[in-house]
Amino acid sequence: MLDFEKPILELESKIRELRNASSDDTLNIAEEISRMEIKAQRLIQHTYSKLTPAQKVKVARHKDRPHFHDYIKNMIEDFTPLAGDRLFGEDLALIGGLGRFNGQSVVVMGQEKGADTESRLKHNFGMARPEGYRKAQRLMKMAEQFKIPVITLVDTAGAYPGLGAEERGQSEAIAKSIEVSLNLKTPIVSAIIGEGGSGGAIAIATADRIIMLAHSIYSVISPEGCASILWRSADYAKDAAGALKLTAEDMLKNGLIDSIVKEPLGGAHRQKEKAIRRVQAKISDSLQELSSLSPDQLVEARHAKFLQMGRKAA
Amino acid sequence: MNWLSSYIRPKIRSIVGEQKDVPDNLWQKCPACEGMIFHREMTDNDAVCHHCGHHMKITVQKRIELLFDQGEYSRIKLPNVPEDPLKFKDKKKYVDRLKDSRAKTKEKDALIVGLGRIGGQKAVVAAFNFSFMGGSMGAAVGEGLVTAAQTAVKEKAALIVVPSSGGARMQEGAISLMQMPRSIVGVTMVKNAGFPYIVLLTHPTTGGVSASFAMVGDIHISEPGAMIGFAGKRVIEETIREKLPDDFQTAEYLLEHGMVDMVVSRDQLNTKIGKILTLLMETKKDYTPEGKNEPNGSSEQTPFPDNKDRKEKTKGNVTSLDKARNKKKKAKKRHQSKKNKSQTPSQKTATH
Repeated sequence: MLDFEKPILELESKIRELRNASSDDTLNIAEEISRMEIKAQRLIQHTYSKLTPAQKVKVARHKDRPHFHDYIKNMIEDFTPLAGDRLFGEDLALIGGLGRFNGQSVVVMGQEKGADTESRLKHNFGMARPEGYRKAQRLMKMAEQFKIPVITLVDTAGAYPGLGAEERGQSEAIAKSIEVSLNLKTPIVSAIIGEGGSGGAIAIATADRIIMLAHSIYSVISPEGCASILWRSADYAKDAAGALKLTAEDMLKNGLIDSIVKEPLGGAHRQKEKAIRRVQAKISDSLQELSSLSPDQLVEARHAKFLQMGRKAA
Repeated sequence: MNWLSSYIRPKIRSIVGEQKDVPDNLWQKCPACEGMIFHREMTDNDAVCHHCGHHMKITVQKRIELLFDQGEYSRIKLPNVPEDPLKFKDKKKYVDRLKDSRAKTKEKDALIVGLGRIGGQKAVVAAFNFSFMGGSMGAAVGEGLVTAAQTAVKEKAALIVVPSSGGARMQEGAISLMQMPRSIVGVTMVKNAGFPYIVLLTHPTTGGVSASFAMVGDIHISEPGAMIGFAGKRVIEETIREKLPDDFQTAEYLLEHGMVDMVVSRDQLNTKIGKILTLLMETKKDYTPEGKNEPNGSSEQTPFPDNKDRKEKTKGNVTSLDKARNKKKKAKKRHQSKKNKSQTPSQKTATH
C-alpha cells in the first residue's frame, strides 16, 4: 500500500464492512454506501489527478502494477518464449519470444520484475545482465530476418550491477543493443509500462515509437541514486524525483517520447486489464503508422528521431 | 597579528611584487608508487611516472595534441545547444555549475574536437574533458560527438573518440540518457561511410558513456590502468556484498575479458593508432587524393614503421616547425624529450 493511497483504501474497506453488515439491505445503509462510494471515487480522482513526481515513482514501482507477464497473457496470443543469448547463458530478467499481436506475428520482449519473492528472485527483480541484452539483440535480428515488428515492454530499475555482469561486458551489451535497435530494418515500438531505468531501459527502448503509461517513469538515474550523489543523501530522493523530470508528461514535453497512455482511475494496478487494453491499442496504432514505411525509411527516420534529442528546448 | 597579515603583508607584497618565480610544486608524488617526480620530467613524460609507468591525468588539450602528428590540429567549432533544459537545481543550480566549470576550464563544455593527421592519415579526434563536470555527457557533448562524426564523414577521415567521463550528466535528466542512442547514430554515420571508428578509453570511462558509443568501436584501445566499467565499484560492492578484486574494471582486466583490443602506453598512442589507421585505410586510398597533394601532408603521408623512424621524421621537420607557431614548438620539445627517454619503463606496452 502506498502512503497516499491510505485514505482511499480505508474508505473502501469501510464500504466493504458496511456491505457485509447490511445483509437485510435497509434503504438507509444502501444510501450511505452509495454516498461513500462517490466519495471514494472523488478521493481517488483527486489524489491521482495531482500526483507529485515522487508519488509517481511509487506508483511506477507498485508491486501490483501489471508486469511483463500480465501484458503477455492479455495482449499476446501463442506466446512462445525463446531462451538464451547463444554465447553464455539465459537471463530471466529479460524475457523475449515470438507471439501474435492483434493477429500479427511479432517478436516481443521486456523485463519482468516478478510478483512474489520467489519469482522476483527468479527474474532478478527485472535487472538484466549482459546475457539478457544479447538475447534481445538476437531476437531483434531474427525479427528483421523474418520481417516482423518488435514490441518491447520496459520495466526495470536498471541493468544489474554485479561482478559477473561487468566481467562479461555489461556496457558492451547495452551499447550493442542500442546500436542493433538503431539500425534494425523492421519497426520497433516500445512501451514504458513501469520503470524506465537508465541504460537498462534504453537498451531496448531505442524505438520508432516510444509510449509511456501515464504514471510510469523514465530516468537517467534513480531519484535515490541522484540524491545521494548530488545532495549527498538519499533522503532528498523526493527533490531529485522532481528535478529529474522523469514523468511521462515531462518526457513528452521534452520531445523524448511520442505519446502517453492514460491510466485507469487510481493507476494501472487498480484495473490491470483496462490499462493493458489501452497500451495494446496504442501499440496497435503505432504499428499501423509504421507499416507504410520501407525498411530504409524506418532506419532513416529512427536515426533522425534520436539525432534531434536535446537539440530543441522544450 | 591580524592587521599584520591582512594589512601589512599585502601592502609589502604589492610593493615588492608577487614572489611567484619559484613554483610551489617542483616535485610531485606518483599516486601509484609514491616515487617523487620532478616537474620537468612530469611534462616531458606526458604525466607518466618514470618509476612505475603509472598514467596520470593530463589536460584535454594536452591529450588531443599528443594524439595528432607533431601535435598539429585544427579545432572544430561545436554548435550550441539549449542550456539547462530542465532548469535543474540540486544544492546548486546547474547553470551555476556550468558557469564554474567554464571559468575553470575556459571551455564551453566537456568535449573538444580536432581535425588533423595521425600516422599521416586524416583523423577527427573528439576528446572528453574530465575537468568539466567529470566529463559527463549531456546534450552539448552529444551534439559535439555528432559534429565530430559528421566532420569525419565530410573530411573522409577516421573518427577517434577519447572518453574520460563518469557517465551521463544527471542535471539533464533523460535528455542525457538519450545522448546514448544519439552518439551511436553519430558513429553509425562514420561506419556507414566506411571510415574507421576507434575508441581510446582513458581513465575513467563509466556509466552511460561506456554503455554507448565507447563500446561499439571498430577497435578499442585503452591506456594502462584506466578504470572502465558500467556500474561503479562501490555500487557493485553494496549490491553483491563482496569485496571486488583490486584490478577490477582496469584496462588490463578488460583486456583479459575480451572487451578491448589492446592496452597502449601514452607515448605509443600516436604511433599505434597511426599504424592501425594506415592498415584500415588501405582500400580507402581513393578517398584521400587531396591528402597526397597537400604540401604539409606529403611529409606526413608515410606511416612511421617504428618509433625510431618517427623521431627522425619529426626531427627532420624541426626547421620548418621552428618557424611555425608556439604550439608546434611545444610539440617538438615533446618529441625530442621522448627520444631521450626511449628506454624508460613507462613504455611497456601490452598488446594482443
